[in-house]
Amino acid sequence: MAQHLKSSSKSILLNILRHNIGFSSPSHASRHLRHNLPHGPLTTRLSPNPITRYCNTMVDTLSSIGSHEDTNSQVMDFPGGKVAFTPEIHFISESNEERVPCYRVLDDNGQQLTNSQFVPVSKEIAVKMYSDMVTLQMMDNIFYEAQRQGRLSFYATAFGEEAINIASAAALSPDDVIFPQYREPGVLLWRGFTLQEFANQCFGNKSDYGKGRQMPVHYGSNKLNYFTVSATIATQLPNAVGAAYSLKMDEKDACAVTFFGDGGSSEGDFHAALNFAAVMEAPVLFICRNNGWAISTPTSDQFRSDGVVVKGRAYGIRSIRVDGNDALAMYSAVHEAREMAIREHRPILIEALTYRVGHHSTSDDSTRYRSADEIEWWNKARNPLSRFRTWVESNGWWSDEAESDLRSKIKKEMLEAIRVAEKTEKPNLNHMFSDVYDVPPLNLREQELLVRQAIKSHPQDYPSDVPL
Amino acid sequence: MASLLGRFCRKLVVPGSAHGSRMISTTACDSEAVKSLNLYSAINQALHIALETDPRSYVFGEDVGFGGVFRCTTGLAERFGKNRVFNTPLCEQGIVGFGIGLAAMGNRAVVEIQFADYIYPAFDQVKRVFPTLEFDFSTAEFLIRGFNSQIVNEAAKFRYRSGNQFNCGGLTIRAPYGAVGHGGHYHSQSPEAFFCHVPGIKVVIPRSPREAKGLLLSSIRDPNPVVFFEPKWLYRQAVEEVPEHDYMIPLSQAEVIREGNDITLVGWGAQLTVMEQACLDAEKEGISCELIDLKTLLPWDKETVEASVKKTGRLLISHEAPVTGGFGAEISATILERCFLKLEAPVSRVCGLDTPFPLVFEPFYMPTKNKILDAIKSTVNY
Repeated sequence: MAQHLKSSSKSILLNILRHNIGFSSPSHASRHLRHNLPHGPLTTRLSPNPITRYCNTMVDTLSSIGSHEDTNSQVMDFPGGKVAFTPEIHFISESNEERVPCYRVLDDNGQQLTNSQFVPVSKEIAVKMYSDMVTLQMMDNIFYEAQRQGRLSFYATAFGEEAINIASAAALSPDDVIFPQYREPGVLLWRGFTLQEFANQCFGNKSDYGKGRQMPVHYGSNKLNYFTVSATIATQLPNAVGAAYSLKMDEKDACAVTFFGDGGSSEGDFHAALNFAAVMEAPVLFICRNNGWAISTPTSDQFRSDGVVVKGRAYGIRSIRVDGNDALAMYSAVHEAREMAIREHRPILIEALTYRVGHHSTSDDSTRYRSADEIEWWNKARNPLSRFRTWVESNGWWSDEAESDLRSKIKKEMLEAIRVAEKTEKPNLNHMFSDVYDVPPLNLREQELLVRQAIKSHPQDYPSDVPL
Repeated sequence: MASLLGRFCRKLVVPGSAHGSRMISTTACDSEAVKSLNLYSAINQALHIALETDPRSYVFGEDVGFGGVFRCTTGLAERFGKNRVFNTPLCEQGIVGFGIGLAAMGNRAVVEIQFADYIYPAFDQVKRVFPTLEFDFSTAEFLIRGFNSQIVNEAAKFRYRSGNQFNCGGLTIRAPYGAVGHGGHYHSQSPEAFFCHVPGIKVVIPRSPREAKGLLLSSIRDPNPVVFFEPKWLYRQAVEEVPEHDYMIPLSQAEVIREGNDITLVGWGAQLTVMEQACLDAEKEGISCELIDLKTLLPWDKETVEASVKKTGRLLISHEAPVTGGFGAEISATILERCFLKLEAPVSRVCGLDTPFPLVFEPFYMPTKNKILDAIKSTVNY
């Protein structure tokens, strides 16, 4: 008897739930069964037991309160809009049965897939894309080595992510404003930032536009519409949304584009930004470089969703998952996304799947948390450069000779850039105090005087390469 | 109880009611058109003017569309449109971060954080922030939510780290702050000290309606990020003749609002009315008090305070925020450095206690008129 009562009280609850709260049904088919009684644990309702009949009556009374005249109505107006009811208690699954597929144009060997859709690129663009990918890779190699030799204090490479860097930049216009994380120097490179300019920032010399204030790789260029890198993760995301809103209000044919990693998608600012972008209808591209690692944290420790692409829908944002190591796919996705963002005043989320071939930075040795074999495999078998090179060559636009010419040219330029940057003097001491505000306030002027006095008294305490 | 009643009954004095006192701002000339306004109306006027005079300016935050929870944004959406005056989702870091982005593109963004108590999530964005975005944060409590990354790491450093290639000078963050009699932990905070520790932003706190309008317009137009705390207690309580025209009161200039010879008192915002009462009482006992409104806490006007203390030889600082690590400590240390030999007594601080802002215990927590008066007397009799 007790057992029977228990099950009927459960069915009372379920009946109330059924009629007053809409649960999504698990499949389309069950919606058609709306008017039929469900099977399963609720079949106790079907029995002629008097207690169950009482439940039925109670439920009928409840359901007639506050509903439409048509008692068969299965739709209710809550704040936020109409929503259909379902008699089934069903929880939306935590994930789709299948993962969101990944858009790609080239196979692992750089052969164009049949039936692939993509935005065509001209020879000029394709050659520039490939050349810049090579340049980026070589620049990273040489700066990394310079750091190992003690000539640079720090460096972070973009190995493995050259296609994301260059192809996305190629698909954008120079008027699109970039809010980078820190692994996207290729966008600057595409836009014309020279190797010398990169080197100047890394060496923090007086030609550094940042005036020596930040660590290497914290590039910025107002001329090239690339906002200065700040190391804080994902803080640039809401900034990009505000900038996009400004572009929309000024009716510019441009969007804001912001980059972040898989780790960045866990930050509060990611959620803040996506929500704002959707509500404000801001033309912003959120490009996630899901490279599998946030320093030593693999994505399995970062989130439990199907990557980052599925999060877009939670905010009402159109999203796509792309093979980030496929330059053509990246180019096409960003190109299409940009069109939609500007034309329709909407944000777009792009999850570019890739692999961080390099260590997180020169302060990291990633073999401590992943196998050297895994790194090597991605570097060799899934390399974005070789895949794209194959395609470019298949069009007759590249050759071994072009490759070796380019590589020797870049190497020479890089070594010269480093040589010059290294011996260029540091910014003047007064730049420590300028730009905190538009005009230095009194307290800073006082402090500069105090520092200069201290330098006079103890010159040995201070670096001699900072001009006074 | 009396002090509690006094708190509730406190209204800013009618002009001229206390001789020697300039509690009421002396900004406007008599000939200019003025209107009797309370604090939120004065702020509202400033916002109308700001939006009117710069077509690329925006006002946004939680609930600003219908006029805001404190009515500061009344009429703005109707007049300037929902594209320029709008509600945001409930997310302080998003509000500040979004505002930074707007300001980075050369706009003025006036952002409201509903309570300064909620500014902390935006804290980080403010560091990166662009100066002149105005955020309308309803209470300073909520401002703390914005504090963490956006304000400190983004806003404040935006110009510096970019080598002046970029700036967010257009950012102004407005937040109601301060005790209100029943606000408890999360509707009473005075978080100004956190922000005063962040190079790159400015911190401004007006004491009255006329001051608020002029200081807010200056803050909005200042080419640096400004956090503007509004004493919510005074939104309705304080009424003053406010000029109707567009005027600005300079930042980083303190004002001697009451002259005296025996002791210097320094404060800001709503606390000044309490301090003024203490000055009046002290005068009856033959103590002549000089009262200074700091107005801008960062960068602050050391020279005015220094000159005053060199004259009086005594300093008392009072603020609602907890005493430990409060901004009074900075003022005290600076004045000690500059005026040591002129000081007749230790610097006195009459401040909030080192507890979360309590509800039932608020009257015990607050730096009341009598606490200040006692401190004035013991400093003078040291």
